[in-house]
Amino acid sequence: MALDRKIAYINLTTGDVTVKPIPLDIRKKFIGGRGLDAYLLLNHSKKGCDPLGPANPLIVSGGILTATCASATARTHIMAKSPLTGLLGSANMGGFFAPEMAWAGFHHLVIKGKAKKPVYLFIKNGSIEIRDAGNIWGKTTTDTQWAIQEELNDKEIKSLVIGPAGENLVTFANVMTGIKNAGGRTGMGAVMGSKNLKAIACRGTMDIKIAHPVEALEYNKRFIDQITSAKVNKTQGTLGTPMIWGATNSWGGVRTRNFQYNQCEYADDIEPENLDEICNDTIGPYHMAGCFGCQVHCRAQYRIPSGPFAGRYDEGPEYTSQGAFGGEPDTPRAETVLAGNHLVDQYGMDNLEVGSLISWAMELYEEGIITNKDTDGLDLNFGNDEALLEMVERICYRKGKVANALADGGIPASKIFGKNSFDYLIQVKGMSNLHSDERATPGLALNIATASRGSDHLRSRPAIDLYHLPEKVLHKIYGNPVSYKGKLSSEHTEYVGKAWQVFWQENCYMGVDCLGICKYHTTFLGATLPNFEDWPKVLYYNTGIEFTPEELWDIAERCNMIERLFNLREGLTRDDLEKGDMLNHRYFDEPCRRGAPDVVGMKIDKKKFIKMIDEFYEHKGLDKKGHPKPETLKRLKLENEPSHLL
Amino acid sequence: METKDKVLMTSPEKCTGCRLCELVCAVKHHGASNPSRSRIRVMKWEMDGVYIPMACQQCQDAPCMGVCPANAIFRNDELNKIEVDYDKCIGCRSCVAVCPFGAMGFNSIDRQVFKCDLCDGEPQCVRFCEVQALEYVDADDVAVLKKQTAAKKLHATSHKVALKSA
Repeated sequence: MALDRKIAYINLTTGDVTVKPIPLDIRKKFIGGRGLDAYLLLNHSKKGCDPLGPANPLIVSGGILTATCASATARTHIMAKSPLTGLLGSANMGGFFAPEMAWAGFHHLVIKGKAKKPVYLFIKNGSIEIRDAGNIWGKTTTDTQWAIQEELNDKEIKSLVIGPAGENLVTFANVMTGIKNAGGRTGMGAVMGSKNLKAIACRGTMDIKIAHPVEALEYNKRFIDQITSAKVNKTQGTLGTPMIWGATNSWGGVRTRNFQYNQCEYADDIEPENLDEICNDTIGPYHMAGCFGCQVHCRAQYRIPSGPFAGRYDEGPEYTSQGAFGGEPDTPRAETVLAGNHLVDQYGMDNLEVGSLISWAMELYEEGIITNKDTDGLDLNFGNDEALLEMVERICYRKGKVANALADGGIPASKIFGKNSFDYLIQVKGMSNLHSDERATPGLALNIATASRGSDHLRSRPAIDLYHLPEKVLHKIYGNPVSYKGKLSSEHTEYVGKAWQVFWQENCYMGVDCLGICKYHTTFLGATLPNFEDWPKVLYYNTGIEFTPEELWDIAERCNMIERLFNLREGLTRDDLEKGDMLNHRYFDEPCRRGAPDVVGMKIDKKKFIKMIDEFYEHKGLDKKGHPKPETLKRLKLENEPSHLL
Repeated sequence: METKDKVLMTSPEKCTGCRLCELVCAVKHHGASNPSRSRIRVMKWEMDGVYIPMACQQCQDAPCMGVCPANAIFRNDELNKIEVDYDKCIGCRSCVAVCPFGAMGFNSIDRQVFKCDLCDGEPQCVRFCEVQALEYVDADDVAVLKKQTAAKKLHATSHKVALKSA
């Protein structure tokens, strides 16, 4: 049964390992995956703990449905206090790791302490071993995985690893599994590095009994048909996420030259069709790969066609890499995007953060805030492909003043660069924004401002807002499973009703993250995809637990509130530019210079934006300062947190 | 009448490596998710992006049938497949050792050998494989379908050659 998967507490300082069952009442309150991780983080960390110190618990999990007969249950979640933001650290990745961990008997790992020397964990069928990693320390993310398979003589082992960036405590180092599946954001790789933990390797052959296998199989077929019939997913399965970049760039929603423009010109070379052509030429007509059990198969395979890295195999690039290594630094060339993507995959760094920070540094260079003296002579002008790739390497190995400062994250670097460098930094809560530009879309702007892990598109983005769906349809989607009587607008430039949409999406994404399934299988990019109404059946057939859609909604709301409680404990405020639900002044002051008629000239109206935050807080049951009201905590059964039940 | 002379045809180049076939196979046969119980497994060369589904070929001259000391393995002519008679099977795993495809498995939970039974004519792996890397086709047509794919490639190449020489 999924329900008999265990939680393990591993202390790397002492070598102690404790294994416990996960009680059903805890499941009913937090389900699993990210939701239960948030509970564990709040309960196992102390206020103000050093994110790179031994007391910061690193939590790794699969969702309750991981590896069961539901679609795309591939997601691994990783959580800790973030060394980048000092607030909630959380990242989610596809691939094959979480299923392997579930077959090995575990759903959650809580790793504390610090090993004396580099180690890795080997988890097999209920047993956990701490092994010496002396020989693999320093290796790239893929070499690490193959070295572990070789050492243990088992090609089926799946590992979650860090690369050199995590070892060097780059505050946005990621954790990786497979070729390119990355738990990218908030620097979870640095937390692993700080514990001298190079990898977690899993191998499992234990049954996960399906509660109602015949029904689960049939329902899964229905579910998959629903998912693959969505046009957006069909396109994802052909072009991958680059198709989003192509569409948003032509419309004018892509940050270019840090934040100076909202559209990257002369970008034909990195348009999705051209990248697809490269995959076609270097791999063949069938070049899309899938994560575990997923029929969307949005992962493209490629070899770098030319340049210094010619011939190297990698996967992607996702649209985040198009933005990070193409649009933001204004280097829209396929070879550069593919090489940049490859480098961050190998070093184990968050492509979004790397690209955004380098582009920020480029703007500072343009403004004369940093000079040739700071860059050791590197010409950091926008559009310089070589300098961009050189900076990726320098950041990973902390070479030189600028790169070493950037490796600590934007806000600490702004203190080193001084002057008004902070004003140019496009971040929320210390984390750089994705390459997207939200000035024409107040709903999306609210999303990045209030996302629990900092500026981010995967926590609450109402992406379907861009489809201009009729209000009736919007009410049908956003009025379930709890009713919403307020107004909703089909216009993405409107402010009305967006707070509710962001609140709804926040709960929806928390839902999938607790279940352990991919966001492409819910109301994210496709308006017709499954959500609260459909999940109870999948849960019942696979695990035997019965939930109503309303109960699942409550759980999602509860888990989001736990994340907020953690952030508030660690210093979250409403308006603070470094630790608040607030956007950089440029969103309010500088209008979009390029793009379609509904974009050009747009900027966020601060008054309306603040009103939107008020509304959002109201939906969440927070007071004006963003703290939960006592009755909200009571309603969500969180009045006694931390409750230390697990 | 529909012919039962069908075979499982794999087109590895189409496989996305998602392993949904492994999942549904184990769930169908054991009511549990566990790839080590799946009759079909996807072998991977990850650094080359190559994924190859491996399953029983239901060989005409099946080595497993030949080697079985208990005569527990036989051909089911109706569905054109090789079956194990568990009443006779002594669990010696000779069939596992001799199979050239690794298609005969041994399951350490039930302590039994196991192999693909084509889900009695409705293979679930095929049903769930949306990219059609797995297909259940008339035995007569296997070669034609492969010929079509090969011819397509040839056509593309000859077209390129023709363009070059033009």
